[in-house]
Amino acid sequence: MASPFNIRRQTGFTTIAVTCFVLLYMPIILLVVYSFNSGNSIAIWEGFSWRWYQSAWQNEQVQEATVRSLIIALWASGISTSVAVLAALATTRTRKFKGQSAVFAMINQPLMVPEIVTAVALLIFFAMIKVATGYTGLAYLIIAHSAFCIPFAYLPIRARLQGMDLSLEQAAADLYATPFQVFRRITLPQLWPGILAGAMLAFVISLDDVVITEFVKSAGQDTLPTYMLGQLRRVVTPEINAISTVLLGISVTFVIAFTVLSKIKN
Amino acid sequence: MDRRTGVRCQYVTTAINVRNLRKVYPGQPPVVALADASIQIRDNEFFTLLGPSGCGKTTLLRLIAGFENPTSGSLEMHGQSLIELPPYKRPINTVFQSYALFPHLTVAQNISFGLEMLGKPKAEIAATVDEMMALVKMTEMADRQTSQISGGQQQRVALARALAPKPKVLLLDEPLSALDFKLRKDMQLELKRLQTETGITFIFVTHDQEEALTMSDRIAVMSAGTIRQIGGPRDIYDHPAERFVADFIGDTNFLKADVVSVAGQTAMVRLASGQTIAARTPEGADVAGSVTLAIRPEHAGIEAGSGGLLSGTLGEVVYFGTDTHYHVALPDGTAFVVRQQNRPDRADDLATGDMVSISFAPDVGQVLRD
Repeated sequence: MASPFNIRRQTGFTTIAVTCFVLLYMPIILLVVYSFNSGNSIAIWEGFSWRWYQSAWQNEQVQEATVRSLIIALWASGISTSVAVLAALATTRTRKFKGQSAVFAMINQPLMVPEIVTAVALLIFFAMIKVATGYTGLAYLIIAHSAFCIPFAYLPIRARLQGMDLSLEQAAADLYATPFQVFRRITLPQLWPGILAGAMLAFVISLDDVVITEFVKSAGQDTLPTYMLGQLRRVVTPEINAISTVLLGISVTFVIAFTVLSKIKN
Repeated sequence: MDRRTGVRCQYVTTAINVRNLRKVYPGQPPVVALADASIQIRDNEFFTLLGPSGCGKTTLLRLIAGFENPTSGSLEMHGQSLIELPPYKRPINTVFQSYALFPHLTVAQNISFGLEMLGKPKAEIAATVDEMMALVKMTEMADRQTSQISGGQQQRVALARALAPKPKVLLLDEPLSALDFKLRKDMQLELKRLQTETGITFIFVTHDQEEALTMSDRIAVMSAGTIRQIGGPRDIYDHPAERFVADFIGDTNFLKADVVSVAGQTAMVRLASGQTIAARTPEGADVAGSVTLAIRPEHAGIEAGSGGLLSGTLGEVVYFGTDTHYHVALPDGTAFVVRQQNRPDRADDLATGDMVSISFAPDVGQVLRD
């Protein structure tokens, strides 16, 4: 019997695949390797050391930017996940309504609209508010991050809601649970892996944002990524590599956790 | 008299009153799932909605439960309209086809859910849950997760969960279809016992005619969104009102016949062989001219020779253990099956190709409405 077509047995498949992976990951591997360089260069290897990690850890600007980044990411993931849960319920647990796909597109627009456009729009919009109110705190960054994090939180939550057995909620309603009780006692306990996954994805996306943050931040409101961008304009030392490696570690951890959470069965 | 309880009919009250209930799903073209159905379901009755898939039986059940809103018509329970009442305000519980057990709760927590939602005191909930678990023989499984018990056990938990709030009416949506044959037989008896013990009105949906015949007090046979016939299992089986019912329930022989005269519920009909015999007519139907006559295979007898009501050539003889099926070809080409119980004292002396004569008693034939 002829074996079915299998792309993995085609000539050159392995070569192409390996080349792609090397191209994708080589720069990142180099970045990680040079974060351990004992010299001042990001291109000439002089031996292993933790020097740049210590240097970054003791750098007050890095400390401040890190704390700021974490505060913004925590708020942004909290707000965007709450909004995303409501949006996901409204688009999966109601009767089909006119313009449903338009609403779906609007919820996901931050994925489609070029980030630079959102950044400029927010810059102008917030400038007007700043003039009117005089407030220049972190709230602008938190609101901006919450807005573009919504689709990232929304998609896994919606996917989980769609995968849930609707007859469970009907059974609860049949057993005298009001719509709110159905949500609290039946929907929410099964939805939490989706909510957690959405929140973690939103957290990572917020932590890593440059473009919108760069436009919206006031003076002295550098986050870790915008601090690093600022540093690149001056002296480049492996300290940048060290910070990047730590950020990479956080992101990879969250993405793995996200994948695990998404796979939890109902 | 009510067949089961022995209560005189005048004391029997209507639990669910469905009048001209209609459900149309919008679309191109719109789908009429239920076309002006009317049924009165009595208190303490085991009532079955029977029909092939897509006949509207599940739609009717979901309308009674409140998961769907009717397009038009009225739906009352003990004289009060159910329309506009959300499912959580209807004193009706459902056993779902998929059981729909809450996966994050234990067996006992599933059963107590409805009682908690009703705000019953803790002591009462605990007592009722114990009682329900004993009723369905699940006491030892109280703290199990629902994923750790077998299909048959899940079925019983679903039943206990729906019975615990002591609803006036219990709806069952093909609850036995996922069970294997032996378990299904046991659960049929179990369901019948629970219904008798609790006195709750059961509305049971199934496409399995045997299930319907063995468990029900009354059956409504449905097809294409309409109710074709309502009656006790015997009425439906022995006196199907129309061809669909006769065909859907059990095996039936259909014969062409001419009506000679009609007196009340009985008509004299002339068969193709020229012989005339009495047959039952459906209630309230005018029958005249050429009609179809339905005769159950086990109501007919067969012997060698000719000169019976019908005669023909014996085709296949199929042995089934408990009985034997004789396939006879009548002179006009119609096929007729006779089913005879096998007994040790009855020798099987008929062979394929023999001339045989078929006979049946007056009144076993049923004239069908067109």
